[in-house]
Amino acid sequence: MHARAELVSSGEKNSLSVKLVFLGRLEDLAGGSSRKVPLAPSIDAVLDGLDPALASALREPRVKLAVNGILLQDTDAPVLKDGDEIAFLPPVSGG
Amino acid sequence: MTPSGSDVRLLTDPFDPAHELGAFTRVHPEAGGVVSFLGQVRAGDEVEALELQHYEPLTLPAMKDLAERVRKRWELEGLLVIHRSGVMEPGDPIVLVAAAARHRRDAFAAADYAMDHLKSESWFWKREKADGEWRWIEPRAQDFEDIARWG
Repeated sequence: MHARAELVSSGEKNSLSVKLVFLGRLEDLAGGSSRKVPLAPSIDAVLDGLDPALASALREPRVKLAVNGILLQDTDAPVLKDGDEIAFLPPVSGG
Repeated sequence: MTPSGSDVRLLTDPFDPAHELGAFTRVHPEAGGVVSFLGQVRAGDEVEALELQHYEPLTLPAMKDLAERVRKRWELEGLLVIHRSGVMEPGDPIVLVAAAARHRRDAFAAADYAMDHLKSESWFWKREKADGEWRWIEPRAQDFEDIARWG
């Protein structure tokens, strides 16, 4: 019984989430280079849960997205799962 | 590094370009020519520091893909690509590209192509510090014009 109680409480602590990574100037807008947010089924749903000003910056067409290190094409709409990492990549400024 | 392979590295610490170039040329004695390009943080412009930020899952894999493309396009004995990430000061090396080839034309073109593509396509975000303030740098139109030369 004791073990089960512990499982439940650790389940609470590690609730399902995705990690957002903000590159370049998006880091300043987001107030940090990354953050964990509750898991939502789609990227749109994740963005809807953010501050509207940040969400609109992340939705700019010039901002590319990568999920778990794989660059998304414009039409991709991946189903998110626990632990996914979504990176928001503004235009690169070159090496 | 095998003599026939490409040496592609993303470094978060300073590097010594002379040492790297020396080591590279020593493993490619069969090359008749080595062309290298060194990019360093420009002094002046009141810039106190430059920071390049990378994204681990994309930046180095894309640099390796670029090296593969260069190797397919030109006949090379070896290719060296070293790129810094992190905070640098004026005079610090940022990027070193060296192409070793039996014939110099291939080496010149390969190094030129690699640099143009590194500058315009690499997954790096850059900011500069001036008057104690950090400012993100937007892409330069010139970089896109440079890359358009290659078709």
